[in-house]
Amino acid sequence: MNEPETIIRFVDVSKIYPLPAGDVVALDHVDLEIEAGEFVAVMGPSGSGKSTLLNLIGCLDTPSSGTLSIKGKDIGTLSDDDLTRLRRDHIGFIFQQFNLIPLLDVIENVEFPRVLKERRSGCDEACLELLDAVGLEPELHTHRPAELSGGQQQRVAIARALINEPEILLADEPTGNLDTKTGEGIMDLLTQMNRRGKTIIMVTHDTNIAAYAHRRVHLVDGRIA
Amino acid sequence: MKGVAGIFLTFAVRNLRRHWVRSGLAAFGIVIGVAAIATLGILSNNLIVLFSGIVADVSDTVVVTPHLAAASGDPFDPRSALAGGLTERDLDRIERAVGPYRAVPIFQTAELLEKSRKKGYVPVIVLHRDDIPVLLDVEDGALPPPSGKSVLVGSLLAEEAGVRAGGRITLGGEDVRVAGVLEERGMAIDINPDYAVVVTHGWYTGRHPEPAYDRVVVKVTDLGDIPAVKEAIEDQFNRRKEVVDVQDSREVLELFYQTYDAISIFLLGIGGVALLVAGVSILNVMIISVTERFHEIGVMRSIGARRTEVMRMFLYEALVLGVAGSLVGGAVSTLAGMAVTASVAETVFAGYGTVPTGLGPEGIGSVLLGMGFGLGTSLLSGVYPAWKASRLDPIEALRYE
Ligand SMILES: Nc1ncnc2c1ncn2[C@@H]1O[C@H](COP(=O)(O)OP(=O)(O)OP(=O)(O)O)[C@@H](O)[C@H]1O
Ligand SMILES: [Mg+2]
Repeated sequence: MNEPETIIRFVDVSKIYPLPAGDVVALDHVDLEIEAGEFVAVMGPSGSGKSTLLNLIGCLDTPSSGTLSIKGKDIGTLSDDDLTRLRRDHIGFIFQQFNLIPLLDVIENVEFPRVLKERRSGCDEACLELLDAVGLEPELHTHRPAELSGGQQQRVAIARALINEPEILLADEPTGNLDTKTGEGIMDLLTQMNRRGKTIIMVTHDTNIAAYAHRRVHLVDGRIA
Repeated sequence: MKGVAGIFLTFAVRNLRRHWVRSGLAAFGIVIGVAAIATLGILSNNLIVLFSGIVADVSDTVVVTPHLAAASGDPFDPRSALAGGLTERDLDRIERAVGPYRAVPIFQTAELLEKSRKKGYVPVIVLHRDDIPVLLDVEDGALPPPSGKSVLVGSLLAEEAGVRAGGRITLGGEDVRVAGVLEERGMAIDINPDYAVVVTHGWYTGRHPEPAYDRVVVKVTDLGDIPAVKEAIEDQFNRRKEVVDVQDSREVLELFYQTYDAISIFLLGIGGVALLVAGVSILNVMIISVTERFHEIGVMRSIGARRTEVMRMFLYEALVLGVAGSLVGGAVSTLAGMAVTASVAETVFAGYGTVPTGLGPEGIGSVLLGMGFGLGTSLLSGVYPAWKASRLDPIEALRYE
């Protein structure tokens, strides 16, 4: 293997939310490098800026100051459409609330990002393999999210995050709404994806869950501790 | 396999179906608007066809009548009964005034018509034998000889009384032969022969004292000459005081078209207001739809939907509402338009000519126009909410519960 490449680089990044009551500094001069293939757990108390950090990596937002490069691109200089494309093609999101689209069934949910990318749909081999890989039984393929358990929904969400074969997976408390056993199943799945080369950045409160990661980053008041 | 459009459409339809009462009501507004515009369009188109069908084309006609004391402008106004007639001398002056154009003197009276068991007073139009072909066409039979016991019968009267060419009727107590039945002509400002008997001047003067003429009809074959001809006649008679009235059919038709235009604009306005209301209701539904899906919009943006795609998704919803509303509205108005026309034709225009109740090209045009407006209104109402949805900040939207 070559020298591991730095896929995410924060250089002196701050994120400030201007509010009428005064500015909220969500991230305070953060420097952080994450290499391709890493599995990083982001920890810290509530309000410390974990989600903000993840949203920046996910190109949902841009830094107030400093530079954040994803795959070598300074995201502060990209247009909204470019950010969306970067997110669509290279980043997969996994949420605490699963966030499946209620009107679409399992297969439609999984293929949705690919429809956006390739402008066509139709669940092919890859899509079925993916659903198999996340451990979702074929009987459930035509179910709507409301008809699935939390664990099943999170599996579908992971399949959806993986459909466009992104290099980076972002997970904001992926087990936060699941019981311990189901959560472990999800963590095994993420570990498996990491072994297949995905870079994973995961926010969690839970030290047991954080133990799955190779590296832990602690945030306190928007600073890396 | 479906493209992005396919999945967005599925999406839109499912969302509308989820809130079917709300969606149905919004689409219903469009139905009403489209139906209003299209039905009124069909109705007025059919009425104009109806009107032009029953009004004979006599645009080349100028009618000279004695000036009426009542001045209602209607030569058949009963108050004109005592107005003086036009004499042979007046006719000469008119002929001199109109130069090369043909002046046809007419006198109208009434006689008792009897045929089998039917009897009743009918209008009798008295024309010089040579003038008959200038104004009238015989459909069945031939023109009567200048004198003798033959007459012509108007088409609708013939139909009603069961008279055919070569048959016999009793007119004014006298047995006469029907030389021919006239072609249906429709209403006009010169004469209305459809429900009348037409006799020659010779026939009439053989039985009655020489009459004064009711009116003189001038056929101005070159339409551009109509104003000049009218002026020449006015010059001859009306220098010192009003002796005759001179009218041409364009004036009457113009009045009709003006009224028609005013009514059309009014009706179109009603349709427009209906659509406006429908548009506001769609706007309302779309804003609700966007608001309750803030979170979903955030999710979509986070998995790679661009702003334009979010916008499209909501526009599809408005489009589906518009298409559904317009299709139903189009169908409803096609039926309603035909029904309303039929009933108007039956009640108002009964007895005058053939009544169009179908959907001509103009009617189809009205339906398409209504549907176009319906669709346009829906899309227009969808633009703002869709734009609003596309401008949402993904993080804000994701945080929204
Ligand atoms: N859109 C926003 N507008 C204003 N303030 C915000 C916004 N997003 C985050 N913040 C503030 O920034 C700070 C960091 O928020 P963030 O959501 O990153 O915390 P967190 O570490 O994820 O907390 P939790 O563990 O509760 O999820 C908080 O003080 C929060 O109130
Ligand atoms: Mg958080």
